[in-house]
Amino acid sequence: MRVLAAMSGGVDSAVAAARAVDAGHDVVGVHLALSRMPGTLRTGSRGCCTIEDSMDARRVCDKLGIPFYVWDFSDRFKEDVVDNFIDEYAQGRTPNPCMRCNEKIKFSALLEKAVALGFDAVCTGHYAKLVEDPDGNVELHRAADWAKDQSYVLGVLTHEQLKHSMFPLAETPTKAEVRAEAEERGFSIAKKPDSHDICFIPDGDTRGWLEERIDLEEGEIKDTSGEVLGTHRGARAFTVGQRKGLSIGRPASDGKPRFVLEIRPKTNEVVVGSKEMLAVDEIRGIRETWAGLPAPEAQRFDAGTDQPGATSESFDILAQVRAHADPVPAVAHLEIGNVDGEPSRELVVRLEEPLRGVAPGQTVVIYQGTRVLGQATINRAYSLSRPDIAGH
Amino acid sequence: MQGIYLDNAATAPVNEDALQGMVEQMRIGGNASSLHAAGRRARMAVETGRERIARSVGADPAEVIFTSGGTEADNLAVKGMYWKRRENRPDRNRIFLSTVEHHAVKDAVLWLEAHQGARVEWLEVDSEGRVDPQDLEQRLGSGADDVAFVTVMTANNEVGTIQPVAELASACARAEVPFHTDAVQAFGAVPVDFSALGCASMAVSGHKIGAPMGIGALVARRDAPLAPVIHGGGQERDVRSGTIDSPAIVGFGIAAEQAHDRLDEESERIRRLRDRLVEGVQSRIPEAVLRGPTDLSPGSRLPGNAHFTFPGCEGDSLLFLLDMNGVLSSTGSACNAGVPRPSEVLLAMGVDEVTARGAQRFTVGAATTEADVDALLNALPTAYEQASKAGMADHAPVGPWS
Repeated sequence: MRVLAAMSGGVDSAVAAARAVDAGHDVVGVHLALSRMPGTLRTGSRGCCTIEDSMDARRVCDKLGIPFYVWDFSDRFKEDVVDNFIDEYAQGRTPNPCMRCNEKIKFSALLEKAVALGFDAVCTGHYAKLVEDPDGNVELHRAADWAKDQSYVLGVLTHEQLKHSMFPLAETPTKAEVRAEAEERGFSIAKKPDSHDICFIPDGDTRGWLEERIDLEEGEIKDTSGEVLGTHRGARAFTVGQRKGLSIGRPASDGKPRFVLEIRPKTNEVVVGSKEMLAVDEIRGIRETWAGLPAPEAQRFDAGTDQPGATSESFDILAQVRAHADPVPAVAHLEIGNVDGEPSRELVVRLEEPLRGVAPGQTVVIYQGTRVLGQATINRAYSLSRPDIAGH
Repeated sequence: MQGIYLDNAATAPVNEDALQGMVEQMRIGGNASSLHAAGRRARMAVETGRERIARSVGADPAEVIFTSGGTEADNLAVKGMYWKRRENRPDRNRIFLSTVEHHAVKDAVLWLEAHQGARVEWLEVDSEGRVDPQDLEQRLGSGADDVAFVTVMTANNEVGTIQPVAELASACARAEVPFHTDAVQAFGAVPVDFSALGCASMAVSGHKIGAPMGIGALVARRDAPLAPVIHGGGQERDVRSGTIDSPAIVGFGIAAEQAHDRLDEESERIRRLRDRLVEGVQSRIPEAVLRGPTDLSPGSRLPGNAHFTFPGCEGDSLLFLLDMNGVLSSTGSACNAGVPRPSEVLLAMGVDEVTARGAQRFTVGAATTEADVDALLNALPTAYEQASKAGMADHAPVGPWS
């Protein structure tokens, strides 16, 4: 196969590319330039996006004897990931820019360009597994190393995208093994630190970065009864579940810490409450996608009615709401619900045990066993037993 | 050079005689500044090289200041003149330059603007990338007393436009303002006559004409106002310091002499190949738009330069597909710190950003053959078709996955 290896300059994508070469594929390495003004040298915890990182990727390709290119995706990245990140926060939501980048850049713009240029697949260093059934249908599964598993951030990929994807790190037992392999292969980056934080926020100060880009106005911090507890510097820079940065003068009556329960961008209010009040047991997601063939219940629902109120059969799933959260058992169904006054298709997930800190804008990825079924963007999350909390 | 090499404006294949001369000089060794026999021998090699270069550019040997390359020569001219001209006249802080200058000039000027109080005066270009001498004449006519210097390249590196440097230089002479020209692309490709041009200084580079990389020169009149940028032993006319690179200068001298002696014949041969390339591209891909001068004569456009925009496709897709077929070309614009961005030269010529993204430059050189041009012409239609399918995927949303 002709394979395009997307190479950040990090260890994972380097080893993934090397394995694709070993497997006999015809591999070309591509580093995506995502910033118009990339830094020259790596600083802090980041492991991508600088000229030095691009050079690291280039040196790996030299070792592998494969061609290397830098492709400019900075316009798309700014539009689809960075601007979207700001917009989402401005609407009081909590986006996941890495998922957005997978959805819009790596497995969309890049994949599309790759296929048009004659490649069969895009190979990345994600820890996730692809399984193909005899009919050629592809399923996405968790990686062997659950600690590193990245199937969550790939949950947004569609069947068509998965068919053109390649994750050579799927079966690797641990990250340590990947580093050892990089060392053995003589890659200078074998000990390069893992990247974390958001790549376009160099110092990791998301709040400070957002405050420079979103118009923030002082507003009220309230409890669930509507009582004003204090003021904040701008509701839109907060995230549901956040504890730090709330400057409330007096302690809660029960003496326990308070958390952000809800952000109301329209009235610029932040609602706070106890940790217990963060708990939700039902999530409604919109714009669901299926990582492979949709669940049979969803397929049958598609063939049925689209009348408001219509629901699909229920199906058992595991729900995960953050990249490194534990999945919880749940029952899901599809429903033609009501989103902002419009009939809209929703993925309803009823959790068997409550979750805390679930914010609109986050993604709920649904699994069956190790298999990723699909995902939806969380629009509302609430406690069925506590109707006094308006719903996040 | 491996593959079908059509990127001679980036660098030219090394001249075999230059290479041999250089290797020999490396074996001989010696520091040209030493006073003993070995020093004298190295000095002799350096001065022979200097004379050869002087002859090839129509200058006096004393006017040749060796540098590490074109970029350093441009920096020496830009910063050196700015500093020298302001020594007793701090009010002289206006700099005129074209909007299509190479980064070696442009970024040096922008640095002076950001850090040294320079006021930048842009000389706009027409749709073919050419500066209007009348424009400069008029602007200098309304008061040139506070002008530090004027700089316009002899020929553009991306689209091959030859600038009216003689006219620009005489406009400057009338206004008593020094004029610098970056002749890195023109040198060795079209006749360059420093003394006839009447400019204060001119930058040239070795590796564009078959000499090694890392050697260049600022050709500067004795009265050119220059302050040093690199301080030290003052080896080169007291304005450029550093141990003199005698092997590179030997190579540079040989390559310059040969380029000069063969210029008429070679430029005609190269021009015919380039014309074949341009006609071939236009007949196979009528949508392709030739950028730069439509008059392909050597007075108007560099004989080896062909530059097109291909609508609906990304230059880097095209480059990739040609590269995979062994044809080596360029998107034309210098990488902005490794990130390919739309060419500032094309934007300055009035091309919109999306169109500019479809740019591809093919530059013919000393080693290019008819078979090379034909190989490009054979590979290009399929590459163009495929690159069009890839479209502007990295730019605007299209297709099933967006």
